[in-house]
Amino acid sequence: MKEFTPSPDSASIVSVTDRVKPVTLGMAVTSVHFLGPRAAFVGGEENVALVDAAGEITTVAVHSGGILSAASDGKRIIMGGDDGKVVALDAKGEVTLLATDPKRRWIDAVALHADGAFAWSAGKIATVKSGKNEEKSLEVPSTVGGLAFAPKGLRLAIAHYNGATLWFPNMEGSAEFLPWAGSHHGVTFSPDNKFLVTAMHEPALHGWRLADNRHMRMTGYPGRVRSMSWSAGGKGLATSGADTVIIWPFASKDGPMGKEPAMLAPLQARVSVVACHPKNDILAAGYSDGTVLMVRLEDGAEILVRRNGTPPVAALAWNAKGTLLAFADENGDGGLLEL
Amino acid sequence: MSEATAQKIPVTVLTGYLGAGKTTLLNRILSENHGKKYAVIVNEFGEIGIDNDLIIGADEEVFEMNNGCICCTVRGDLVRIMDGLMKRKGKFDAIIVETTGLADPAPVAQTFFVDEDVQKNARLDAVVTVADAKWLSDRLKDAPEAKNQIAFADVIVLNKTDLVNKGELAEVEARIRGINPYAKLHRTERCSVALADVLDRGAFDLDRILDIEPDFLEADDHDHDHDHHHGHDHHHDHDHGHGLKHYHDEDMQSLSLKTDKPLDPNVFMPWLQNLVQVEGGKILRSKGILAFHDDDDRYVFQGVHMMLEGNHQRKWKEGEKRESRLVFIGRELPEKAIREGFESCIVS
Repeated sequence: MKEFTPSPDSASIVSVTDRVKPVTLGMAVTSVHFLGPRAAFVGGEENVALVDAAGEITTVAVHSGGILSAASDGKRIIMGGDDGKVVALDAKGEVTLLATDPKRRWIDAVALHADGAFAWSAGKIATVKSGKNEEKSLEVPSTVGGLAFAPKGLRLAIAHYNGATLWFPNMEGSAEFLPWAGSHHGVTFSPDNKFLVTAMHEPALHGWRLADNRHMRMTGYPGRVRSMSWSAGGKGLATSGADTVIIWPFASKDGPMGKEPAMLAPLQARVSVVACHPKNDILAAGYSDGTVLMVRLEDGAEILVRRNGTPPVAALAWNAKGTLLAFADENGDGGLLEL
Repeated sequence: MSEATAQKIPVTVLTGYLGAGKTTLLNRILSENHGKKYAVIVNEFGEIGIDNDLIIGADEEVFEMNNGCICCTVRGDLVRIMDGLMKRKGKFDAIIVETTGLADPAPVAQTFFVDEDVQKNARLDAVVTVADAKWLSDRLKDAPEAKNQIAFADVIVLNKTDLVNKGELAEVEARIRGINPYAKLHRTERCSVALADVLDRGAFDLDRILDIEPDFLEADDHDHDHDHHHGHDHHHDHDHGHGLKHYHDEDMQSLSLKTDKPLDPNVFMPWLQNLVQVEGGKILRSKGILAFHDDDDRYVFQGVHMMLEGNHQRKWKEGEKRESRLVFIGRELPEKAIREGFESCIVS
């Protein structure tokens, strides 16, 4: 452990800032994913920057316009753009066109299934393509806010206004509507397949226990939740939106019902993005002032990865083994940290 | 304009009843050589004959905020589109939101008040309503949306004036003024208004609230006394010259309040807040310049339904008349109660 050296511009905590390999991407960044050994920083428009461990940057053009959505399974990233295209980028840096919206509508949301199936949405229509099967589409009552595949089976959750729809694309008439008033954006299944959680337009999460569709209201945020990440094993759901990392407990069969969330790593800035370590009870959190912290879930102990004083952190991800952390702020100043 | 405001992308809301000429105006904005690039949010693709990769189709999806405020509706599709557009910042200078002829402009405007992310990046510039000189009078009778659009407007483009005679034009203008005497009104044929009169108006910019005076065209310089004192009927005691007819719309009207005596902020603020809480469903727009007791700063506010924003604007200038003025435009406004409430805020 490093020596304790308080400085006027940093919190008096352990720092690993000098071990970070800086990455200057020179473009607005919205998310980062690991493709094999390389970190893939998804730009606000047109490009993805692949960065290897040595910090070498390879830029790949993926869309002719804004990149509106991205999802990754570690082998490829699926992206949707305002050019009406769904594309995939693999670890070799090859781009494949997967679908084109006939009306060139925006591809607002994408999702990727562990078995290779993928989904996208344009307006009110969500479409799934799995293996050799043809595309299957479902129209929901209003514009799709977010998509997520269930961890088991080919089941898609579609967030929209006034609730979410669960759909087995291979089963006719299987769409099930889970109502809750308001506009639902992001959506995620708990890794044990027992809960569905949406991030709402208002500063709140909403959850359903899938066994009985019982509601779970998760409120109290000062700002909208834009980032959600399940802790290793799915025991907790870490979220952005407050000036601490808010972690809702999901270990018991009742989920967070009647329980208080854990609140870790308070700063004088809003948490903008969270990423839980894939194996250990650690998470990384990025803040609106540019700070990046690593936080131990058990006791909230913090390690400083990046100092404040920049635009908000927009992208944060671990590689599958949990040995590399990648981050970038909105302007594309980022870094790689090897643990 | 403050620096933070200047950096935000201006958004013009273009509204108007079907066939009034919105698309004509939009095409003009996009095709004229002004060196600016616009992102345009439209309802129907294909109507615009201009090649622009920043034309986005919208669905006019309105939803209610879960904040206990019943008239607090926002356009969910706009939230989503603004979010996407911000990924292409720097590729355009301004945004135009075209609404359908049947749309209520309030949810569009409210989106810019209540959504944190939208507010961070963009500012509402003005609501521009294109009206058809030939048919507006009829629409005001049978289409509540048309009335809303006039009441809400900062700028009214009264189009197709070549299709009506002088008398008909005077009539339709009088009807518009009966609802909204404060919007800037431009008479046009084929929407041939100077774009500077439509774009970059700063109508929602607190720093640009200079005065609140009814807008009248140069031609009708009639004596219009707005210095009402409590107790008498606002709508029927105007002294109009030139025989200009004055219409009192049955359900939509404006109400102006004025005093040269200072207001007590400790009474006024709670009164105003309570007023928009209770009557916000009826009040479409509100605006005010206020002179508070023991305060050398002008205070300005503006609102849409229940939403208000206000701030100290600047010092009262030397020799400037320290006068408070308020304007409400709305439906079935409880005039007597509003006037009495306002009077009670005056420091005696």
